[in-house]
Amino acid sequence: MSDAVDPIYVTETLISQDIDAYLVQHQHKSMLRFITCGSVDDGKSTLIGRLLYDSKMIFEDQLAALESDSKKVGTQGQEIDFALLVDGLAAEREQGITIDVAYRFFNTEKRKFIVADCPGHEQYTRNMVTGASTADLAVILIDARKGVLVQTRRHSYLAHLIGIRNIVLAVNKMDLIDYDQARYNEIVADYTTFAKSIGIESFTAMPISGFKGDNITGPSDNTPWYKGPALIEHLETVEVNSAADAEKPFRMPVQWVNRPNLDFRGFSGLIATGVVKPGDAVRVLPSGKTSTVNRIVTLDGDLDQAAAGESVTICFADEIDCSRGDVIALADNPPQAADQFEATLVWLADEEMLPGRSYWLKLGAQTVTATVQQPKYQVNVNTMEHLAAKTLDLNAIGVANLSTDRPIVFEPYEASRALGGFILVDKITNSTVAAGMLHFSLRRAQNVHWQATDVSREFHAGLKNQKPAVLWFTGLSGAGKSTIANIVEKKLARMNRHTFLLDGDNVRHGLNRDMGFTDADRVENIRRVGEVAKLMTDAGLIVITAFISPFRAEREMVRQMMQPGEFIEVHIDTPLADAEARDVKGLYKKARAGQLKNFTGIDSPYEPPEDPEIRIDTTGMSADEAADVIVARLIP
Amino acid sequence: MARQWQETKRRRIAELTEKSSLTHLERLESEAIHIMREVVAEAEKPVMMYSVGKDSAVMLHLARKAFYPAPPPFPLLHVDTTWKFKEMYKLRDKMAELSGMELLVYQNPEAAARGINPFDHGALHTDMWKTEGLKQALDKYGFDAAFGGARRDEEKSRAKERIFSFRTASHGWDPKNQRPELWNLYNARKNKGESIRVFPISNWTELDVWQYIQLNDIPIVPLYFAAKRPSVERDGMLLMVDDDRFPLQPGEVPVERSIRFRTLGCYPLTGAVLSEATTLPEVIQETLLTTTSERQGRAIDKDAGGAGMEVKKQQGYF
Repeated sequence: MSDAVDPIYVTETLISQDIDAYLVQHQHKSMLRFITCGSVDDGKSTLIGRLLYDSKMIFEDQLAALESDSKKVGTQGQEIDFALLVDGLAAEREQGITIDVAYRFFNTEKRKFIVADCPGHEQYTRNMVTGASTADLAVILIDARKGVLVQTRRHSYLAHLIGIRNIVLAVNKMDLIDYDQARYNEIVADYTTFAKSIGIESFTAMPISGFKGDNITGPSDNTPWYKGPALIEHLETVEVNSAADAEKPFRMPVQWVNRPNLDFRGFSGLIATGVVKPGDAVRVLPSGKTSTVNRIVTLDGDLDQAAAGESVTICFADEIDCSRGDVIALADNPPQAADQFEATLVWLADEEMLPGRSYWLKLGAQTVTATVQQPKYQVNVNTMEHLAAKTLDLNAIGVANLSTDRPIVFEPYEASRALGGFILVDKITNSTVAAGMLHFSLRRAQNVHWQATDVSREFHAGLKNQKPAVLWFTGLSGAGKSTIANIVEKKLARMNRHTFLLDGDNVRHGLNRDMGFTDADRVENIRRVGEVAKLMTDAGLIVITAFISPFRAEREMVRQMMQPGEFIEVHIDTPLADAEARDVKGLYKKARAGQLKNFTGIDSPYEPPEDPEIRIDTTGMSADEAADVIVARLIP
Repeated sequence: MARQWQETKRRRIAELTEKSSLTHLERLESEAIHIMREVVAEAEKPVMMYSVGKDSAVMLHLARKAFYPAPPPFPLLHVDTTWKFKEMYKLRDKMAELSGMELLVYQNPEAAARGINPFDHGALHTDMWKTEGLKQALDKYGFDAAFGGARRDEEKSRAKERIFSFRTASHGWDPKNQRPELWNLYNARKNKGESIRVFPISNWTELDVWQYIQLNDIPIVPLYFAAKRPSVERDGMLLMVDDDRFPLQPGEVPVERSIRFRTLGCYPLTGAVLSEATTLPEVIQETLLTTTSERQGRAIDKDAGGAGMEVKKQQGYF
């Protein structure tokens, strides 16, 4: 270990002799957020432990705990195992690996640093992407004995993908190769070739030893041939993202409308890019209405100007509509709004992506419903090859088109992380299932208008003297959906109602003949039926559908497509044992024999409705009685 | 008010037209305000945990900034143990009045009935008054989002906790199943009964908190500054005799010492340090030059071995 106290960290003298001067210095520090990537063996945690240790961010009691832990579970014999400082969770300390992203803090004279320590294994790709999303810079660690490995490529690709333009190649463990310059040059040359191939235009390479402290805080005597900066020197001087963001055109997503009384109406948000001043002409999107900024309000007094990265409250000169999710932008250079995009997705959830399923999409302060199409390709994160894919699994990265239920204000991710980065959230479990980066819109939504027709849906319905509705039957195969639906339609026809029955098997012969029975196909199957049912309700019909429709999310999606109150969910509730005992089509027998894959109730799940409009318990009534109950509910 | 902060900010902004970036404190402040506004926009019934310590003081000030000129649109909740320092109760009531926010004080009735106290009941005291008290209070009022002033630099398991930290209906935390948190996009969606703990100053360090208090003239409990106070030395800790509930052991005599506190909790559980620091810069100076970490004055982290706080958090402790 180097015991020389390096000047970069020496603040103790200043603190003890002139605390006021120190505080002024600390107050004016900028902040750099960076990530370290590498595998367990590359010495990543050791490097971070070293940075904390050298910057005196470790207190004596922590050091005492570290020394005793090092002897108990450390991997460095009797020497201090810096990695133990960093691997926080008990499970990690036991297993000796870094599972989650941990954030650490240290200071130098010029800057404050937040380090996100990201795990290296391929199964933790999502954790690395998470850590990288807020970083200004990435330190890619290489074990000098091993050179550029598959994981080096993966980490570099991910850092570049998430938009990190400051990359440091730290060739670590130089002490173990006797500070061999030739070997170092060879590794850097290898990496240069690779970096170019994935579009990394520049990076900074340096030979270091986290364990011994070489080229961490200052030049090392062991590498006289290296003329570049030490790691800390470099980290202190690179440009941070928020500085670059301030030079772009003004945009601020509105988070919250501040309206304490009738005399004040302000729009609160974090400025994503650019600078704003009172008097600036601004435009509110997606409405496109314009106004002038007349005040920038804070508790400490009004501001003359505010820039990217600041949270402010803006007041307009005119009373124009503006609410959460809207974006305030420079009037003559606004972003676009669109509802169809190409995007890169990083899948974060254990459940695979289902093309056609609707998810919540959150971008800035906007939350909309989005569906993702089948991926155009998936990227092999180790070789960067494009592979064909039907879906995306945990940690998979792919490119796909997606559409939203209404236009969102956006910018390409390259131009703005704040208006181009989004997350997808599962509507049932509420978990964050994907992170996405928008590339471009597939068309300008504002140019595609709904074709307004003169004969309205109300007119269609009035002509038939009825209220349109969808009776959506759901239940296991063999529950009696088709039988009861058929009786319901006959009864309605006798009452002069205009109806149409969409039956699962029949639809699969035509409209959905290309659909199979995988989860993804089931989702798309239901989406298409939903769209057809919706057109039919527009024509004034009472639509009856009989599909297993096993997933809650898709039934909910169809409900959302319809006018309020027009979707009536009918759960034909038959116990699996009863349905299987009936086995009208002999399908259960085949499924049990393994001749039929993905059969609902056997090897594919059925999610019963939690709160259906009508529940029919077929163990307690006949099909005809069931039909009466349903008709009575529809036409009281 | 807060003149220094404002002047610095104006100067920084003037520089921005040439090329520059915000200071780290400005970035941290802005991030915290953004987080608070997201919660208010997305949660149904938010609340701010208020423990009267210096982190709480910063949180309250940030809330006032986030929603100005409106008062922060949520109440303050103090989960009381009845064993806090007298001066804490005084400042608590004063700050609630100043901010125009509703102050809710909750004391676990069972702990009160059983007379649970830090002298006789050890770990049970924290468990009943704080962990259980907190859960009961959240359930009673039906809060679905609770702001806390925890920081990632305080303790190892906190270094990995999300800013929006999801809790099950029984207030449990599952460290291995946390929602990924990307950019500044927070997923506040949850099912009925579930809740979220939100930590807007996650990325602040102890020094940042002190400096922010200084630059914004934020009122804090005087116990943070050195003064002559009656104290006894017990089990290697300096304890202040704050009221006559303190049972003196045979031979123990309270001595007037110049002491101050680095963290504030229940007075019988909070160790003081000998100090002459009577101004903020002096306190900061002492903090920076000291060689023990902040939470060391608290007995709670040492329970249950190395993973003390992680286990407590899984059980529902903040």
